[in-house]
Amino acid sequence: MTAGLRIRVRGQVQGVGFRPFVWQLAHRFDIRGEVLNDPEGVLILAHGASVDPFVDALSCEAPPLAHVDAVEIADYRFDTIPADFVIAASVGQGAQTRVTPDAATCDACCDDIRGDDPRRRGYAFTNCTHCGPRFTILNGLPYDRARTTMAAFAMCADCAAEYGDPADRRFHAQPVACSVCGPTLWFEDGSGRLDGDALSLAVAKLKEGAVLAIKGLGGFHLCCDGTNPDAVAALRARKRRPTKPLALMGTEAHIARYARPSKQDWLHLRAPSAPIVLMSKGAALPDVIAPSQNRLGWMLPYTALHHLLLDKIAVPLVMTSGNLSGEPQVIDNDEARTMLADIVDGFVMHDRDIARRLDDSVLQTTRHGTMILRRARGLVPETLPLPAGFEDAPQTVAYGAHLKSAICLIKDGQALLSHHLGDLDDALTWDEFVKADADYAQLFDHQPEIFACDLHPGYRSSQHAAERGGDAVVEVQHHHAHLAACLAETGWPRKGGRVAGIVLDGLGLGSDGTIWGGEVLLGDYVGVERRAWLRPAPLPGGDAANRAPWRNLLARLDQAGMVEVADDILNDAPRALLRQAVERGVNAPLSSSAGRLFDAFAAALGVEGDQSFEGEAAMKLEAMAQRAPLNAEYAYPFADGDDGLDPAPMWDAWLGDQMTGTHPEAMAMRFHAGLAQAFAAKARALVISGEAQAVALSGGCFQNALLLELTVLALGDVPLLLHEKVPANDGGLALGQAVIAAAQALARR
Amino acid sequence: MAHGGGGKAMRDLIEEVFTDVFLPPGSEDQARLTSDALREPGAQLAFTTDSFVVAPIEFPGGDIGKIAVCGTVNDLAVGGAKPLWLSAAFIIEEGCEIALLHRVVASMKAEADKAGVRIVTGDTKVVERGSADQVFVTTSGVGVIPPHRDLAAETIQAGDVAIVNGVLGDHGATILAARGDMALTTDITSDCQSLNGLMETVLEAAPNARAARDATRGGLASCLNEMAEASALSIEIDETALPLRDEVKGVCEVLGLDPLYLANEGTLVLFVPEAEADAALAAMRARPEGQGAAIIGRAKAGHAGRVTMKTLFGGQRLVDTLVGEQLPRIC
Ligand SMILES: [Fe+3]
Ligand SMILES: [Mg+2]
Ligand SMILES: [Zn+2]
Ligand SMILES: [Zn+2]
Repeated sequence: MTAGLRIRVRGQVQGVGFRPFVWQLAHRFDIRGEVLNDPEGVLILAHGASVDPFVDALSCEAPPLAHVDAVEIADYRFDTIPADFVIAASVGQGAQTRVTPDAATCDACCDDIRGDDPRRRGYAFTNCTHCGPRFTILNGLPYDRARTTMAAFAMCADCAAEYGDPADRRFHAQPVACSVCGPTLWFEDGSGRLDGDALSLAVAKLKEGAVLAIKGLGGFHLCCDGTNPDAVAALRARKRRPTKPLALMGTEAHIARYARPSKQDWLHLRAPSAPIVLMSKGAALPDVIAPSQNRLGWMLPYTALHHLLLDKIAVPLVMTSGNLSGEPQVIDNDEARTMLADIVDGFVMHDRDIARRLDDSVLQTTRHGTMILRRARGLVPETLPLPAGFEDAPQTVAYGAHLKSAICLIKDGQALLSHHLGDLDDALTWDEFVKADADYAQLFDHQPEIFACDLHPGYRSSQHAAERGGDAVVEVQHHHAHLAACLAETGWPRKGGRVAGIVLDGLGLGSDGTIWGGEVLLGDYVGVERRAWLRPAPLPGGDAANRAPWRNLLARLDQAGMVEVADDILNDAPRALLRQAVERGVNAPLSSSAGRLFDAFAAALGVEGDQSFEGEAAMKLEAMAQRAPLNAEYAYPFADGDDGLDPAPMWDAWLGDQMTGTHPEAMAMRFHAGLAQAFAAKARALVISGEAQAVALSGGCFQNALLLELTVLALGDVPLLLHEKVPANDGGLALGQAVIAAAQALARR
Repeated sequence: MAHGGGGKAMRDLIEEVFTDVFLPPGSEDQARLTSDALREPGAQLAFTTDSFVVAPIEFPGGDIGKIAVCGTVNDLAVGGAKPLWLSAAFIIEEGCEIALLHRVVASMKAEADKAGVRIVTGDTKVVERGSADQVFVTTSGVGVIPPHRDLAAETIQAGDVAIVNGVLGDHGATILAARGDMALTTDITSDCQSLNGLMETVLEAAPNARAARDATRGGLASCLNEMAEASALSIEIDETALPLRDEVKGVCEVLGLDPLYLANEGTLVLFVPEAEADAALAAMRARPEGQGAAIIGRAKAGHAGRVTMKTLFGGQRLVDTLVGEQLPRIC
């Protein structure tokens, strides 16, 4: 018997080149023994003189896509001294271990596609252990080639050799491929497949101003030359997306020129997740890409295909998801041919199937860190360790919201928030949602005891919960869930005490049956009290008030007693009818929504007509305010009324500004500052009085970086909890629902 | 009022109002009826009942009496029955205007005559003030389904075509305008009408028609959902094909209402095999009740019970049955 160590490595350590990395380390430190994957992660049996530096290096030098959560060491006795260090066969069905998100092409692979080896030079599907597709090609676990959509491609002898060599960068890289054996790329149009180099044909088309569909990692993109306003306008018209900002893909040089990235922005852009990053505009691009916005969303090329395309065309490209507005992104070749036929002039196609639809992730950086706006490709399915106190949480599934839906699973003290699924009113998205529920449950071997959902019975996600969960359904109030999502991702312990949550949001059903959306909640995971709110106003026309900002202006001005002002500004609107609808309670429910107050104020500053996408008016208002110098000194006042924070004095002050000809940008700034200060004062008071330990900020309005900044400023020195990994919008709601339901179950034990 | 408290004076007055409507006025507590139609081998008896409450009692295009006749006649007609006899029962709030009752009863009589049915028995009860809203009416109806006629949503096949006989939402919009002292100056009137004549004409033109439903409460959306559920198919309608009066569209837009959910009192949706769709459409359009007839969609295999609408923007919107009052959902 010989003494050795049994080393357990936990975390994201499978499918990321961890075993060959261990093998290489073992050879460097002259360690003998073996390494293998099992359901708990990676297991190493090691014998040698320098095990200590070997163990240190395991976490310090881990491969780029690995996340080591823990390295646990125990004694081990070998029967005989091992002759060598080997990679042993995997053990067990590894459903407990994580699946890695897709990763952007690494530098070494970028060198390969521009290098001399004919197998990889110009090859659009080049990848290695440190990069390439993962979740988007995954059909099942454990993660190996046979359970990916790469199973259709038999490796050539050269690829097989790379795959089998622990010293090679492509050792056990499941999607390994080359131009000899891997997927192929072609260009086609309505007449069929065209002869010739796919990307050269595509570039020629794009330069003529064409709109193309390009099959990517998690779906098809619609693509056109970002410097050609006519092409962008054509794309908009055909996609029926009049004004919503379009994302751009460009090289680092393009981004440096056309945007103003901060250091932090560069870090995000260059990360393996390669998200879309919203950044201030630099050199001018056609306004039609993002009308009335100060910022543009950019991403770097994240597959070899994208790199090769950009190398050839050398202009930034509009890259927006390939769908009709409101529908899920197309992933299947035949689906693309039928659904995108009227939108595009041609297709860049390939024959590697996409197993899972994943949109591009979107984020922005603010003075207070990173703000995720949409979680999808590159970020999912990374798990989030839950705070202390949730170790024994029962397996829980939560079904999120209605419009920005996502599902959350809790298991083994970890939360897994699904990719962004989208609007459940859309039939195809709804199918995706139901499929995703089964898919995630299977991939993560999840058997929920608790099914959490929103209180709103009209959310299709709530109806799904009722269908699946029966008696085990837990309904969670919308804004409590927003708050809890923030607590969970910032590591607030389950028994960490009460927190004041400023939740500024669109709409959510309140526990009193009215509609909330501008709240200060005091509480914890288990429960909250509503301690302050925006004075409720009617939503004339219900959901129609969400589309038409002016409806909210009418309601708020009337409420403030400024009927004549409303008459004056909204002289074309059907005011009489709507006022009667409000009076008679015909589809005009009361709501404390902060989002609708943003809409009202945007309308007051001249944002006209209906919104063509959610949040459009508020984004315009933020853009307007951002053009003014930051100024918290002059904020519009809100009154402390019997029925909540009353914006009437704010409207008064605004009217005064109007009459003195104050610049709209200044008024937009004063509005932001006023709202931020009114809510911050309420939350801060709860901390000062000792009732709350910290202040958390959540809800869709906090995607507004200026509002966030002004709120943080107004809160002063109180402990702050801010979203970073999970959206403040409804995309994060499922996480909050899940931890609330789990905490309530734990509290009952 | 002298005839308050359910007293004798009121009862006398009420008796006077109702006696000439209910036939036969015999002294037995029942109507005794025969019909040749019943004697045909394979004929089936159809029997239905419905209660009607509507505020206001009278509205442009009709009143509670007319609805009570049309509603029950239509419930029989859409099942393929020829309506023959109705009963009518009234819950009357103490103090209800006698003149109003006269008008309601007269309009029942007129609609029954028009539809070719007889009101053969009835009942009245007077309840305390506040226990009812002026007058509630319950009608039951008996009809005969001719042999070999089997209209049922279960028989709808994938590919069948959905046809409506006229514009949607007129009744709902009319009631909204009439009820709320809303500043709605509209020319919209309720579509309240009996559809048995139309059904007979259409069934002649399209003998293999599968099923029909009248899109009353819950509107076209609820009606289609029931049919999708029963047929274990999905139904896809086309937003651009929906017959809607501009005025109704306008009212819906302003008030944020969805015309798919507005009530109708003389609108049905019929499923026919594709081969008979044109004939059925033409037959409808040839009648006054079917002037605005239109093909609105079709049944499809898969996704049993689902109703979707192809929107103006090309997406497929899910069309649910309304659960309670519609609360805004957009966050
Ligand atoms: Fe929300
Ligand atoms: Mg009935
Ligand atoms: Zn690589
Ligand atoms: Zn190969």
